[in-house]
Amino acid sequence: MSLSEVAGRAPGRSQAGPHPLGGSPDVPVGRGAPIFVMQGISKRYGGVRALQGADLTIEGGRIHAVLGENGAGKSTLIKIIAGVVAPDEGRMLLDGRPVSFASPAAANAAGIVCIFQELSLIPDLSVADNIAISNPPRRFGLIDRRAQRRMAEEALARAGAHDIHPLALVKDLPLSRRQMVEIAKALARRPRILILDEATSALTAADVTKIYAVLKRLRAEGLALIYISHRMHEIAELADECTVFCNGRSVASYAAGTKTDQEVVELMIGREYSQAFPPRSNTARPTAAVPRLELRELSWGDRLDRISLQLHAGEVIGLGGLDGQGQRELLLALFGVLSGTTGELLIDGRPVRIDGPSDAKRASLGMALIPEDRKTEGLMLPMSVGENLSFAALSRLSRWGVVDRAAEREAIERIMRLLAVRSDGTTPIAGSLSGGNQQKLVIGKWLMNEPRIILLNDPTRGIDVGTKQEIYQLLRRLAEQGAAILFYSTDYDELIGCCDRVLVMYDGAVKRELVGAEITEHALISSALNITTAEAPQRHAQR
Amino acid sequence: MMTRGDWPYWLREHRGTLLALAAFLLMFAIYASNHPAGLNANVANTAANKGVLLAIVAMAQTLVVLTSGIDLSVGMVLVLANCLASTIVVGSPLQVALGVVGVLATGALCGAINAVIVIYGRLQPIVTTIATGAVYYGVALALRPVPGGDIDGTLGDALTGKVFGWLPAALVLLLGLVLLIWLPFRRSETGRAVYAIGSAEVAAYMSGVPIRRAKFVAYTLSGLLASVAGLFITCITSSGEASAANGNTYTLYSIAAVVLGGVSLFGGSGSAVGAIFGALMFRTIGDLLFVFDLEPLWQPLFQGVVLTAAVSLGALRLLRVRNRLDLYG
Repeated sequence: MSLSEVAGRAPGRSQAGPHPLGGSPDVPVGRGAPIFVMQGISKRYGGVRALQGADLTIEGGRIHAVLGENGAGKSTLIKIIAGVVAPDEGRMLLDGRPVSFASPAAANAAGIVCIFQELSLIPDLSVADNIAISNPPRRFGLIDRRAQRRMAEEALARAGAHDIHPLALVKDLPLSRRQMVEIAKALARRPRILILDEATSALTAADVTKIYAVLKRLRAEGLALIYISHRMHEIAELADECTVFCNGRSVASYAAGTKTDQEVVELMIGREYSQAFPPRSNTARPTAAVPRLELRELSWGDRLDRISLQLHAGEVIGLGGLDGQGQRELLLALFGVLSGTTGELLIDGRPVRIDGPSDAKRASLGMALIPEDRKTEGLMLPMSVGENLSFAALSRLSRWGVVDRAAEREAIERIMRLLAVRSDGTTPIAGSLSGGNQQKLVIGKWLMNEPRIILLNDPTRGIDVGTKQEIYQLLRRLAEQGAAILFYSTDYDELIGCCDRVLVMYDGAVKRELVGAEITEHALISSALNITTAEAPQRHAQR
Repeated sequence: MMTRGDWPYWLREHRGTLLALAAFLLMFAIYASNHPAGLNANVANTAANKGVLLAIVAMAQTLVVLTSGIDLSVGMVLVLANCLASTIVVGSPLQVALGVVGVLATGALCGAINAVIVIYGRLQPIVTTIATGAVYYGVALALRPVPGGDIDGTLGDALTGKVFGWLPAALVLLLGLVLLIWLPFRRSETGRAVYAIGSAEVAAYMSGVPIRRAKFVAYTLSGLLASVAGLFITCITSSGEASAANGNTYTLYSIAAVVLGGVSLFGGSGSAVGAIFGALMFRTIGDLLFVFDLEPLWQPLFQGVVLTAAVSLGALRLLRVRNRLDLYG
């Protein structure tokens, strides 16, 4: 039984009477009446538990930081507060009264406003239109543009964004200005609880300073702020309270400044190792050999920042870091999907320019990218398993533009055996397979091409443990057969268990390279947060 | 409410509409100065009737295109309204008035049916409106298997004649539609929502914008405007005809007018006023061929080329895409 249940069943413990205060165990009850309390919140997506009995207590006039690594449950928590998804279990109290939000609009009406990481602005509308979008001032039933403009100017001023013209179209503004409009839009709704989800990630340093001042002023006005950030210095600067999430649970709440970065990292760790990984190859690599793939100072806009790396045949390199630090863009850039990249790409020591996937997969380059979303980018779900497998390799299986059916069938059967996909290859449509088998298909489809360089974008997300194991074995086997593998994963265990080296990315750049035994959860998390800690206690990575 | 420093933003926002206006004025000047009879009141009136007819259909199309949909049934709603008007807008003044209301209500109903299928059936607008368009045409054919019928003469003359002896009444009708339907729509919360949906539907949803209501209003008003056009064509021809070719032509031309008028086919940007100028421009292009004595058989080809060029202009922005995945999103 969780502590919140105890509190819920024994209202006598709380002095507030009709306001039974749950609260998380570490926050002393009775400092100020909490505005918003979440108790025992759980949420599942299919087989994945995003939140399990999470608790959170929010007070007015304070900034509450929420911390946690990838998949810890932060974003699900925020979506629940903001009315985007409904919890499966648990309850929420606003001013002591139970509430549930059917939609973002309902949460807004209750005074909860969220600034999402993905911008919620309408590009074709003006700044003023956007700021007033959910509740424009009206006169005679029509939008009062004069009042709307005043409202927008006031909100922009409150956000410290005097330089933005209210009539400018949002699509004409650079990203950092849009983020400021987003903040102004939230303020215009007069929130009681304001949630900022990585709201500073796109801002310039000058804006960040302004936003700090704004947030501190809002705190002084009595607002409750929930602040999600992976930047530890921001949290140190702003937060009064912190709650750490790990594996969908709220593991600790404490007053800001009472724990060191070191202790915070320890709290964020805490998964049990339940998976066995195939042994790494022990063959010493000739360091003088020409790398299969070499990248020199690759940059792309402000998303990728001078990335250099070398990937050898037989090697599995992991990409680590928190989600959204440029890992996906790096893989897309290598696969020729992004245009306007700068820097140099060498394959087998020769400079190459890759113009899209059809170019990347040709035999002399031999690249394959296992995409992130198997349903939209990996498979044609309504088509048969066999057709899906042979798609990327059709040109190899054809003569004079006609597919050689016998060769195709043979190739399909070979891959099906290799992957142990349970299906006969012709009848069932790809969409009818389980998530794990679908993912195997996506990998198998590229193996038909006999790739020399395999890029994987978080390939085990949302699939079952058994299939994960098979994929790990397969990757290792492919590496032993001479493939070079670059592997992005949001799951730190995988990086620890599967990779010979891990490059940790932060803000579009590679911040740290971990080799062999250096790859520990501690090292991964602290470098993902870009904290330079004193030498971490070596947690051992189980194989 | 404009203050100093606002005009660049105002220009930016109305760029498409202003360009359409300028292009139309230029073409109309060429047309008028080369017309064999010169620009007299009768020439102007005939041009206005034809232009306004297409302009109203273009307004109807705009409302749906703004939601990032497309309405391929506008032409058929026009044909249905034409057949209905040639049957019921006759008789005593009261009967005529009721007839007009009936025609407009039928148009609005057609639009509402499109809306319900698109919103609740979650079908693509293009498929939905092809199918319902066929139904509306079938109803029109049942109403009027052979061309014929009539419309009240007073109403017909009032809408297609001249005011003060020189001003085409059609232009007054068009101005009335802009003032009574378009401007209030544009400035309503629902109108704002229509732009928001067309621009970024997920962001609109996350901002608590009433998405269903906005789509419903856009499609219904579109049907209503198409029936106004149907009523107007009955006034011009004084008869009704269930002509599929007519319906399809007006649908295609309405899309041409919308594009020429600076309305984005991706939704979210543009104005019905721009589409009106687009329609007038498109009509003038056709008339220019007549003025310069070109073979009338070349007209469809020429208008097709103009349409293709206009649509291609809209694709220029794709040259700036930096993540090629965005091209297929």
